Amino acid sequence: MTYIAKPKFHHPGLKKNELGYTHRDYEGKISTLCAGCGHDSITASIIEACYELSIEPHRVAKISGIGCSSKTPDYFLGNSHGFNSVHGRMPSVLTGANLANRDLIYLGVSGDGDSASIGFGQFAHSIRRGVNMTYIVENNGVYGLTKGQFSATADRGSKSKKGVTNTDNAIDLVAIALQLGATFVARSFSGDKTQLVPLIAAAIRHKGASFIDVISPCIAFNNHAGSTKSFDYVREHNDAVNRLDVLVGRDPIAVDYAPGTVQLVEQHDGSRIALRKIDADYDPHDRLGAMTFLQKHAAKGQIVTGLLYVDPEAEDLHEHLNTVETPLNTLEADTLCPGSAVLDKINASLR
Amino acid sequence: MKPTDIAAPDYFHKVVDCQWACPAHTPVPEYIRLIAQGRYSDAYMINWKSNVFPGILGRTCDRPCEPACRRGRVEETPVAICRLKRVAADFKDDIKQRLPHPAAKNGKRIALVGGGPASLTVARDLAPLGYHCTVFDADPEAGGMMRTQIPKFRLPNSVIDEETGYILGLGVEFKGGHRIESMKALLAEKYDAIFVGSGAPRGRELDIPGRKEAAANIHIGIDWLSSVSFGHTDKIGKRVIVLGGGNTAMDCCRTARRLGGESVKVIVRSGFEEMKASPWEKEDAIHEDIPILNFLVPVAFIHDNGKLTGVTFQKVKAEYDAKGRRSLVPSGEPDQTIECDDVLVAVGQENAFPWIEQDCGIEFDKWHMPTVDQKTFVSTNPKVFFGGDAAFGPKNIIWAVAHGHDAALSIHRLLSGEDITERPLPDVQVSSQKMGIHEWSYDNDISIDKRFKVPHRDKIVALKDIRAEVELGYDVKLALGEAHRCLNCDVQTVFSTALCIECDACADICPMDCITFTANGEESDLRQRLKAPAPHADQDLYVSSDLKTGRVMVKDEDVCLHCGLCAERCPTGAWDMQKYFIEMTYAGSSCPTRSRSAA
Repeated sequence: MTYIAKPKFHHPGLKKNELGYTHRDYEGKISTLCAGCGHDSITASIIEACYELSIEPHRVAKISGIGCSSKTPDYFLGNSHGFNSVHGRMPSVLTGANLANRDLIYLGVSGDGDSASIGFGQFAHSIRRGVNMTYIVENNGVYGLTKGQFSATADRGSKSKKGVTNTDNAIDLVAIALQLGATFVARSFSGDKTQLVPLIAAAIRHKGASFIDVISPCIAFNNHAGSTKSFDYVREHNDAVNRLDVLVGRDPIAVDYAPGTVQLVEQHDGSRIALRKIDADYDPHDRLGAMTFLQKHAAKGQIVTGLLYVDPEAEDLHEHLNTVETPLNTLEADTLCPGSAVLDKINASLR
Repeated sequence: MKPTDIAAPDYFHKVVDCQWACPAHTPVPEYIRLIAQGRYSDAYMINWKSNVFPGILGRTCDRPCEPACRRGRVEETPVAICRLKRVAADFKDDIKQRLPHPAAKNGKRIALVGGGPASLTVARDLAPLGYHCTVFDADPEAGGMMRTQIPKFRLPNSVIDEETGYILGLGVEFKGGHRIESMKALLAEKYDAIFVGSGAPRGRELDIPGRKEAAANIHIGIDWLSSVSFGHTDKIGKRVIVLGGGNTAMDCCRTARRLGGESVKVIVRSGFEEMKASPWEKEDAIHEDIPILNFLVPVAFIHDNGKLTGVTFQKVKAEYDAKGRRSLVPSGEPDQTIECDDVLVAVGQENAFPWIEQDCGIEFDKWHMPTVDQKTFVSTNPKVFFGGDAAFGPKNIIWAVAHGHDAALSIHRLLSGEDITERPLPDVQVSSQKMGIHEWSYDNDISIDKRFKVPHRDKIVALKDIRAEVELGYDVKLALGEAHRCLNCDVQTVFSTALCIECDACADICPMDCITFTANGEESDLRQRLKAPAPHADQDLYVSSDLKTGRVMVKDEDVCLHCGLCAERCPTGAWDMQKYFIEMTYAGSSCPTRSRSAA
């Protein structure tokens, strides 16, 4: 880990967003992860996305479990709310927080161990319920904190650093998320910020359960020949279906796209996603098609990345439960308990 | 862009902005680190080798290094490089044992005309090689304008004596009080080479009405200063006007305040901002209650039967043409007369070579300046060299030193039978500063620190004694604080394409957003596509060869803090922090020239 503090100096010509913040204002403490960790690039991407969206840091709650990935919320958004919960329990803590205060932006940060092993059930239920959140899995395929055992997302047939071959089948979290009804599903790669940053931005603007699986090479235990989560392997097998730009407000669409290659998706909050298609036949509104596409390409050893599915008209848990617009944690006692007269009236209506 | 050739000695040299800007290329960060470690003598010797007069320059240098300092680009003020140099001089131990020993004479004789910084530098480089150097000066003691024109309250005699003494102690013969009146006669003495470092000794005149009639109270600035310096002048009228806006004017006005001038004014033609004087010298003058009035052009000296009573000025304003060139035009307001008892004229200096005859093979141009080669400093007479103010007109001490080093190299090559136009390359060393996984051999914990002020003597005391040095210099604690502000720009970020796995760790951690991985392109195009704008074209882009993904690494050197976080966060050691040390070529450098090594 690095012991010197990152200097407070910043580039004199650094741009500011609508709030007058530079991207440096969205940083947290200096990372204590291994040098070169993919997670640090995801951290940088989250910082960049929040900066670009001009998010007020105090409106964000970042919630994580246990693991290398779950340490990262300490390294971004130093002025936001944070909760480092029990191993695998990020989704339920996040769900509870979201129910209590629907006004915050929820960032769930987890890893493959935290979400595909100990927290697999929690992951499934938070997606199934449609909690309005951005659920990011920093997926490196190994248990890095315990020195590199295969995790549940390690591909069958891939080799550990010591040369052992993995004989278990891998859990594909993207496939599960699609099946469980996530309304924004994407996969990306920590080494490709031009794809990852807009995906995170679009997911934050999405209302409903957004899930992003980010393949993030473990520099210490999973970046060797034989690994399917190494920088080289992912770069060679990356099959991006699209790239995107997030358009907030009334920005005109840049005109340098070739005609017919851009698909506009308008989200619930009015923000738009300009999808630059790479695979002309890929339809990001077809859940079933996405699942088939994913399986087919996985069988060929390809890693499909990009925005895989989005339902722009998605609903979230609060709509399902028909809760009031006011965050529950701000409701006063007289609203929550309107008194015996009201109770009598309800009882009377049921007689 | 083509991959950057970091093996070219100049590439990393330019990144060390202070050293690059210094005419003598003093290794500034190297000596500042030594000061921080308390190794003052070592710091002094690095300076001594490079700029010859650390104690003198640490008080008086024009500091081209400071406007170049990177700290000034990331914070408001540069590192006080100049005053740290003085710290090395103030706190050093006895360094006499470290000086070169007078060498056995090689039988060759060099005459040096003028005992100022240029000539003394030549002597300092050549005497240890066995040359018999004879320095001639009209004044009784060595130092030239450093001794005669810089007031003692800025530069005490003891410092001049010490540092000129180091050079004369190398076996240099000094002939004080010996003015060279004829170049022809000097040539007839059959010296093997002659170096002319006689400065720009003539103060420019101001020929306006009343000059002759009121001459008794109108003094030429540099002549007056040297007269004060030698004790011939010890008083001046109560109301003094100093005409001119350069550093000599600042010395005149502050000296006048100490010799009885109660109301001293500096009056300049230009605007205050465009004055030639260094900002800190203007500050010091203002601090001593000397107002600086601008946009006033002197048109006449007013006198009462030869007794000066004042100066009349025309009021002007600045106008700029389409090309941004300034001209001063009358503002139309009525002329203003300012009363005074004495006037000091400090409107510039000129070269004067009345002692060089037309027919001794030395060509002069239409401005009466000798034709001197910019690189070798040789005149049209192959045995006669020029340097300092005598070569290209008035500059300052550090330029004179730089000229002296180069001229000494030429003289040495000439007398060794080598081609003087061929200049051996400097010696460059680059070495990793990594000590352990997270340990670096330099202080890279960079924080925002404002420049520390140099303590001054109390004004009332200072104004009473013309020999009392105003600046007291940093104490050890302040010096340490100021030394810590140095960003160690000589510890270079060195990138190795073959080791890079493009994990982005360096680009993510860089506090200044200097590093970008992107598709290659033309420089003008690349500058637009970096993580942070790179508008300063004089600051290089460091471009790698093609990486695995076909992209390149581009680093804008401009505001890099040299904090080493890129190397710290690099998993493969593709970034390393390596100290760059350049040893300029001096006379007698052991480094062989290209042609010699080929032969």
